[in-house]
Amino acid sequence: MNVDLTKILPYGDTLGDGIVQLSFTLPVALSGAAKEAARQLAAGMGLEEAAVVHAEAISDRFSFYVVYAKCRQGVDLTRVVVSEANTTVLAKAEVDEFIRQRLGRKLNVLGACIESDAHTVGIDAIMNMKGFNGHKGLESYHEINAINMGAQVACEELIRKAYEHQADAILISQVVTQKNIHVTNLTKLADMLEAEGLRDKVLLVVGGPRISHELAKELGYDAGFGPNTYAEHVASFLVQELKEKLAEQNGGPLN
Amino acid sequence: MNKLNLDQEKIVYGRQLAGNIARGVQQHIDAHTTVSVERAALRLLGVDGVDSAGVPLANVVIDVLNQAGLLGRGALYWVVNAVLQLSLTPQQVAQGVADGAIAIARLPVAPEQEIADMAGNLAEAALSRIRYRRREREQLIAELGKGSEPMIYVIVATGNVYEDAVQAQAAARQGADIIAVIRTTGQSLLDYVPYGPTTTGFGGTYATQANFRILREALDEVGQEIGRYIYLTNYCSGLCMPEIAAMGAVERLDVMLNDSMYGVIFRDINMKRTFVDQYFSRLINGYAGIIINTGEDNYLTTADAVESAHTVLASELINEQFAFLCGMKPDQLGLGHAFEIDPQVPNGFLYELAQAQLVREVFPDCPIKYMPPTKYMTGNIFRGHVQDTLFNVCSVMSGQSIHLLGMLTEAIHTPLIQDRFLSIQAAKYVFNNMRDLAGEISFRPDGFIRGRAVQVLDEAVALLERIDEVGLMQALANGWFAEIKRAPDGGKGLGGVIRREAGYLNPFIPLMLQGGESR
Repeated sequence: MNVDLTKILPYGDTLGDGIVQLSFTLPVALSGAAKEAARQLAAGMGLEEAAVVHAEAISDRFSFYVVYAKCRQGVDLTRVVVSEANTTVLAKAEVDEFIRQRLGRKLNVLGACIESDAHTVGIDAIMNMKGFNGHKGLESYHEINAINMGAQVACEELIRKAYEHQADAILISQVVTQKNIHVTNLTKLADMLEAEGLRDKVLLVVGGPRISHELAKELGYDAGFGPNTYAEHVASFLVQELKEKLAEQNGGPLN
Repeated sequence: MNKLNLDQEKIVYGRQLAGNIARGVQQHIDAHTTVSVERAALRLLGVDGVDSAGVPLANVVIDVLNQAGLLGRGALYWVVNAVLQLSLTPQQVAQGVADGAIAIARLPVAPEQEIADMAGNLAEAALSRIRYRRREREQLIAELGKGSEPMIYVIVATGNVYEDAVQAQAAARQGADIIAVIRTTGQSLLDYVPYGPTTTGFGGTYATQANFRILREALDEVGQEIGRYIYLTNYCSGLCMPEIAAMGAVERLDVMLNDSMYGVIFRDINMKRTFVDQYFSRLINGYAGIIINTGEDNYLTTADAVESAHTVLASELINEQFAFLCGMKPDQLGLGHAFEIDPQVPNGFLYELAQAQLVREVFPDCPIKYMPPTKYMTGNIFRGHVQDTLFNVCSVMSGQSIHLLGMLTEAIHTPLIQDRFLSIQAAKYVFNNMRDLAGEISFRPDGFIRGRAVQVLDEAVALLERIDEVGLMQALANGWFAEIKRAPDGGKGLGGVIRREAGYLNPFIPLMLQGGESR
């Protein structure tokens, strides 16, 4: 199978067929016209041979459609650049060893769901001993002092805690993204850290199902982690950043 | 129903332990009140509205009394005295306090008995309104019928109450039996209840009395249209538990999330505050004929569902006893649990079924609330739909009562309208296809499922023994639930706990303990 990387297309069952599936709701009652509108909508997206394979009334005011169509706009994969936090994943022992050798004390990591966010599944998965899916959390690292502040932590409270524990890194989780509330919360924290003169003293990381590294950088964070992130990814990022920081400070180990 | 052949004496013993544990906390409850309990009492008397700065009048009055150090007598003592002295209604008194026209602490004080009699009369009148709403519900259900079990429960969460009403009606037409309007993220930590209809929320909609009324009307309307009474649910949790209960009772909500410990564990609300608040809120919910849902499902989002299954059962037994102390009946107790086992666990479904059947048999008369997978849901919506299907199967096989529908997009966003539609359709398919399967099932006496259920029951009773030894507050401090530790004097809201003084006046408590059933 000879895949043309300069024009990559979706694959259904034949190379280059470009098949995509879509489903969506229209805020109108089901009718022949509405069904045709669904088809035209797909065509308007640049899709060809759009077929509405299923149309069903959700209520007297909404109708639901499943559409298959062929996409012709390929993407040149050789020219795609993505922004990702470092990808070298270190073993737990390596992380611990680095901190022991280079820092000579425990790495203080503060975690929290800030402001309105009450969903701790993500921060718990990264911070807590048990971790997630068999990937132990930061609490299980000998050389990391992991403090999980939990849900709905006010930025002021987080900053107080950062002083108290002399945090080296702050991990923020944001799960709720309706109306971009996460952007508001994240910006608030970044601004407050800046105002406190703390921003350069800590590594600032955000994670969540809708978080990308790109968004994180845009908001003034050092890194952003999306789905399928485990503690080892975050820990690896932290120590590698730390390495660079230490190197900037003339390479001498901090004592 | 006794398919697991559980040791009934062990269950009785577990209940005794849970009863001891709850009564241990009741001593604290009976000796204290809170700002939110007092605000709820005022709301029950009809105090509503906000001052010129947007602060609810109930807060204004309670803040004045609290700052003067007078709340130990109960807010009703002072407000009813003002009613007597000035010949005003409680609402007019509150308005006067807010305007600065009434110095409530400096009025002459009527004889104690006169105040108590008047307070009793006003409370009785307020409660008759709640009994009226309760009878109204009973009549509507008798007339229209309601969904069959497992009742399909879905959430709407647009942030805009008017949009919620549209989506709620659409969901009911698709087959939902219960609609919950999830609250905006962060409301549980507000020490006041926002006022009026609201159109901006994040991940949910503010719980306000006006919003309750708008949803109630929408569901009553669609209920008439489709010939089925649709239950309305909201969240009676957080720092304003008792006030939300008061609002819900008046606006005829049918189901309230209302746990005795959830706020302590998951919202870091002070436990001394929550225990007092949950008591008064459950008195109201009990009196109004509202079904409460407890939050044990949440334990399994932070702790492991296989290892910590017994903590769910132990907590359900404690929640049950706290509810009994408020005069609630088993048919009002939607004790919660969840389908949260890691999909990678071999025979995970057998563990789930064992737990679901166990909870069903330990609480045979309770409308058990079953929660869907959340923790192991991913962006793979297709697999998610299958996970939800197994959950649906487990629910109908074990006779669960209130079935919170899983959404294939659980890990992605608050449900889109088609997510809800697809989930309702799938659940109805499973429930209809397997309608009478439960009656065909018996479990092997030496089989895995029975063995697992017996193990969880044993572990739960052992945990209750340990809690009984140290007391519930210490157990929470030890992190025995959800692996989260809470200090008795830590968390939010402790400042709002007030020791009752001799002559504390709150006629609602004795009146509501008599029960709100038709007389």
